[in-house]
Amino acid sequence: MEKVIDMKDENDAINPQRRAFLGVAAGVTAAVTVAPGVLLHTVDAAPRAEPVTSDVRWGLLIDTAKCVDGCSACVDACHHENGLNLQTMPAEQAVKKWETQKPAWVRKVKLQDNQTGRMTTLPLMCQHCDDPPCVDVCPTGASFKRADGIVMVDRHLCIGCRYCMMACPYKARSFIHSDVHGQLTSVPRGKGCVESCNLCVQRRDFGQESTACVDACAAEGHHAIVFGDLKDPDSTICKLLNEMPSRQLREDLVLNTGVRYSGV
Amino acid sequence: MKRIVYREWRIPPTQFWSTLGILAAMVGMATLAFGYMEHTGHWVSGMNNSVVWGTPHVFAVFLIIAASGALNIASISTVFHKPMYKPLGRLSGLLAAAMLMGGLLVLVMDLGRPERLIVAMTNYNFSSIFAWNIFLYTGFLIIVIAYLWTMADRQGAAFNRPVGLIAFLWRLALTTGTGSIFGFLVARQAYDAAILAPFFVVISFAYGLAVFMLVLMYAFDEDNRPIGEKIMRRLKNLLGLFVAGGLYFTLIYHLTNLYGAKNDGFELWLLTNGGMHTFMFWVGSVLIGGLLPLGIIYHPELSKERNWIMTACGLVIIGGLATMSVVIIGSQAYPIQMFPGQTILESGFFDGVNGAAAPYHPTIPELLLGLGGVAVSLIITVVGVRVLQFLPESLADDVVALDEELLREEAFAKPA
Repeated sequence: MEKVIDMKDENDAINPQRRAFLGVAAGVTAAVTVAPGVLLHTVDAAPRAEPVTSDVRWGLLIDTAKCVDGCSACVDACHHENGLNLQTMPAEQAVKKWETQKPAWVRKVKLQDNQTGRMTTLPLMCQHCDDPPCVDVCPTGASFKRADGIVMVDRHLCIGCRYCMMACPYKARSFIHSDVHGQLTSVPRGKGCVESCNLCVQRRDFGQESTACVDACAAEGHHAIVFGDLKDPDSTICKLLNEMPSRQLREDLVLNTGVRYSGV
Repeated sequence: MKRIVYREWRIPPTQFWSTLGILAAMVGMATLAFGYMEHTGHWVSGMNNSVVWGTPHVFAVFLIIAASGALNIASISTVFHKPMYKPLGRLSGLLAAAMLMGGLLVLVMDLGRPERLIVAMTNYNFSSIFAWNIFLYTGFLIIVIAYLWTMADRQGAAFNRPVGLIAFLWRLALTTGTGSIFGFLVARQAYDAAILAPFFVVISFAYGLAVFMLVLMYAFDEDNRPIGEKIMRRLKNLLGLFVAGGLYFTLIYHLTNLYGAKNDGFELWLLTNGGMHTFMFWVGSVLIGGLLPLGIIYHPELSKERNWIMTACGLVIIGGLATMSVVIIGSQAYPIQMFPGQTILESGFFDGVNGAAAPYHPTIPELLLGLGGVAVSLIITVVGVRVLQFLPESLADDVVALDEELLREEAFAKPA
């Protein structure tokens, strides 16, 4: 019995060289495997880790003179960016009915002036009001406005009551009427919640410029939509707003929209 | 005047259980309809991105405002000192609680995410009238239960008047809040009108009383309990007054809209050109819900017959559902006017192309869900009157108290 104890003592004796080796080995392993992840994570997370501030206010300017009749590049791009194209019509549903139920964050509208007959084509989406009626009426606070002016839905708080859809003066919101399959990681969606244009908020969080619709419109060579910071006097959008006459849709409601139109 | 005695509803057990069975079947079908819509998604309903609230909301809002209206009978006795209405107070409270439960269940079952109800109970945005209504509705239930206690228990009798007063004020707030769900919406032309709040209060009086009278007359008939002419005349005249009040508010609402050119399009559409919605308004709301019942109630002969009075009550209820359909569905179907002075030629999202209204075709599951709410209300009522003493044994003329007005009449009748 005593011998066993002795042996144990002998084995437990500290070996400084062995300890140093293990220490170096652990350090090197950590440096090789963990550190790049930590570093990458730190670099990547910088824009997302910073709280959104009210130093900026994101908005759009739509020049209807440049918007081309029959072009739907902005709508298609929005669908791809946000995974709306992945949602399919339920097999038993009638096409005509599904058209009234499928989500649309941006749509093209063609107008004719009753007096003059002048035609106008424009994309219509959430107007990102400074004083949004959808946020006022939401019982749970799921509908909210970020400090940078983006109005969006917290999909964890939305109970699907659709009161915001009743309250929106621009009919900008959609209800998800059916199951969603194959959604994008950056744009989680789910049946039974309300959604709308969020100015490609995932791009804002990664510090990217522009939105999908703006890029698509530019790629077509139309440049009818401009995205930018309405609070920055040097931004393109502010300069254009200073140069050309523009207006808000339903100005009578005094909602101070973040989306402005020229030529309507 | 004899003492008022309350007794359980003594109909034969077979009749009681078969009534319950039918109602339970209706609830069962509503549960299946709820499960179907919840599982597959709302695409199986007629609701869409333009008409976001449909048939379930018609039933739910009707039940909720009828609930507050049903409580009026108790308030007339307690708050306005009309002893004639005192024997009716208990049934009035029971119906109010029952219909509120039914209406709320329908609302909750139609949510896109009904399993997140707890979120609505734990996250409040107090700029939303919906959030306020959650407190108004739950508070109403608590107050009505307390009110029933003061009516039925000797110990509670002392609190009858203060609790009755609170219940009366609370129910006014509740209906105002329900009307404001629509009245506060600036987006849509049919809403954005403060008159909707008092309009809801007035029609709640009519709907609540119509339901109350139907339930009262049916329950008394089945149990061979007498209802005297005096109380029938009072209830009937009161119903006439409320129905006329509802018509008056409807008239003022549309006249106000017609005065401003900006609403001409909406009024023209609803009053002449809105298809199903125009039919619902003129035939459902105005004729069936207003003029016909008024004609019966004030007819010198028909108004004396119980069956005709019951018919009038039924018409008020059917007309009430039609009114709710016009207010809720019709108002959404009319396209939002985003571009005044312009016509929308093409749209990728049903923005009223060439002024067309949004489509809405109710489906069976929606209807079953709505009827399920009615069945829940009736189950609570039927079980309530069966096991507890809600109904007075008699409402014969020699049992109910004399009103001060009648006392005055008698005084006048005496020779000087």
